[in-house]
Amino acid sequence: MEKILFIANTESDGSLSKIALEVLGSAIELAGKLEGSTLSVGLFGTSIQEAANSIADCGAASFSGVEGEDFADSRYCSDIAAVSELIGKSEATLVLAPANIRISRVLPGAAVRCNGKIDSRISRLSAEGGKVTAQRWFYRQRMTGSFSRDTRPWIMSMDAGSSEAVPTSSGTAHVDMLSVALSDDQKKTKVLGTESPSTNAQTIKPDANILFVAGAGWTKKQADGQIHAEEAEKHILGFLEKAKASLGSSKSLVDQGSEGEAVLGFMSHLNQIGQTGASPRHQKGLATCCHGEEPHVIGWRFINERRAVNADANCGWAQGKADVLYVADAFEVMTKVNELL
Amino acid sequence: MAGNNFFSYISSFTKNGELEMSNGYDIVVCGSLVPDPLQTLEPIMGPQGPGLKNEMMLPAVLDPWAGHALYEADHLAKKTEGSRVFLVSIGPKAKLQQLMMAIGQKASFELIVKDGPASGFTDAADTARVLAEAIESIPGLDKSKLLVFGGCASASRDAGVTMQMVGEKLGITDHFLAVDALEISDSGSLKIKERAESGQYLLSECSAPPALIAWATGNLPEPPNNPQIGMANMRKIMPALQQAGPAGIESAGLSFAEVTIPQQKRDTKIEKDMPVDDIAREIVEWIKG
Repeated sequence: MEKILFIANTESDGSLSKIALEVLGSAIELAGKLEGSTLSVGLFGTSIQEAANSIADCGAASFSGVEGEDFADSRYCSDIAAVSELIGKSEATLVLAPANIRISRVLPGAAVRCNGKIDSRISRLSAEGGKVTAQRWFYRQRMTGSFSRDTRPWIMSMDAGSSEAVPTSSGTAHVDMLSVALSDDQKKTKVLGTESPSTNAQTIKPDANILFVAGAGWTKKQADGQIHAEEAEKHILGFLEKAKASLGSSKSLVDQGSEGEAVLGFMSHLNQIGQTGASPRHQKGLATCCHGEEPHVIGWRFINERRAVNADANCGWAQGKADVLYVADAFEVMTKVNELL
Repeated sequence: MAGNNFFSYISSFTKNGELEMSNGYDIVVCGSLVPDPLQTLEPIMGPQGPGLKNEMMLPAVLDPWAGHALYEADHLAKKTEGSRVFLVSIGPKAKLQQLMMAIGQKASFELIVKDGPASGFTDAADTARVLAEAIESIPGLDKSKLLVFGGCASASRDAGVTMQMVGEKLGITDHFLAVDALEISDSGSLKIKERAESGQYLLSECSAPPALIAWATGNLPEPPNNPQIGMANMRKIMPALQQAGPAGIESAGLSFAEVTIPQQKRDTKIEKDMPVDDIAREIVEWIKG
């Protein structure tokens, strides 16, 4: 008989993030498939009552929480104290949590403290005959594996899109508040705040409908034998603004700065997608001046509709990966696209 | 902790009996090999679980994020006199030897090897246990000066969990994930930029080591090959490879049902001769649709 614990941190406004509500949906589905299982909720953050109330009707048998100013910021030492206490007190056999950055940092350590095993970035959970099977990607989204574990507690962080988000309500949850006191040693790290990358535009927008992928071709010599980096910046930023798009980049483009080549001023490693970058989730993706496997295979694994503008008709990476490949000069195309937008 | 750390910095005396301050760190980088990203990978199921077809034949590279960690470690050690850099690797000895021929020319380090699988299908908990044991075995390791570096995730398992488990097993309680910048202040505190949600950075300050830092890309380019560094490294690397003991990774209790490559080949429509105006119009309609 499994005891399922859903764990999440609250956001700065006291709410639960979309990915947290999606993982809660997975936890509810899993509990429904495992006869005799129970579901409980564990939350931590500055103040958790509002978040608990918003999911009071989710069917959880119990709610527990750790709250206070010490748990406001994303800090390993305080987060692991809270998460370990929530797991330990619940005596959970299965722990599900959203794979956001805060949880991803702390959950593996909590698995060690609770003598459990951890698997991260689970994309799907299923259960048959009382046996739980998890599915995740391996080798940077190149292959998927389905597996199960005997060890309990089995702790899992789940990726976005694993399930439908649980609708929030305005009930009242009775929360068992756990007391977690931190020593001075546990406050050795102080969170100073957040900062935008040292670029002049906010170009990463996870909730955007479209991802614009810029490849190294934007900063190469064009038909006139010259590099037009400033013009490229104008076209790309213009498109991002008008289409409300998020910006991704190939590795070769973001690496150029350190190699002394022409760069786009607003581009940083945070924009990089692919093998050593992100695999963002958007409904649509438009790749421009990209050649190679990373942007076309790994970088937009989770992009549903894909189009590419490329000067090379024989680009083997776009063929078979994009829905439409336009063989054209991206400078000319994006000029017109921006005019029309 | 800060006070203890201060005294740990006092590492030696000069000939005149005066105190000589050393701010050096023991920087341990965890990293191993992964298949070259340009290779086609095909999973196969064997009696021991899943693996890659012709895995031992595939060209390998240093795991990219671990590589960034190594270059950052080398950079920090050069700036901080008295620092030592260690690279702890779990992988097949023969393949690690090939890899070290290249990596050994880029940064100065001492190598510690455990002979075992570098597969993406091994249990991260086992990998973390072996790495932590290897780190504990480093002669003269001073935990009050210890910085454990690694990649924020590997290009094989891509779990992003191993480093935190290593840190926890070593008793390190200040962890930082997906780090792009580390700066040492005059007081010796560590100022760290971690990647946070929505393309933001989280800024933190840790008063003193030990700390675990799982790097993202950092800000340093890959160093050029330096044959002199390579020669110096090789004098220590070859014995380390010869003396490497078995890692003892079993992944007990983990059973795979299947590993497959998703079939995602799309029927790409190639528009070779479409006028630019028509392409732009079609793209805009698609975006707005």
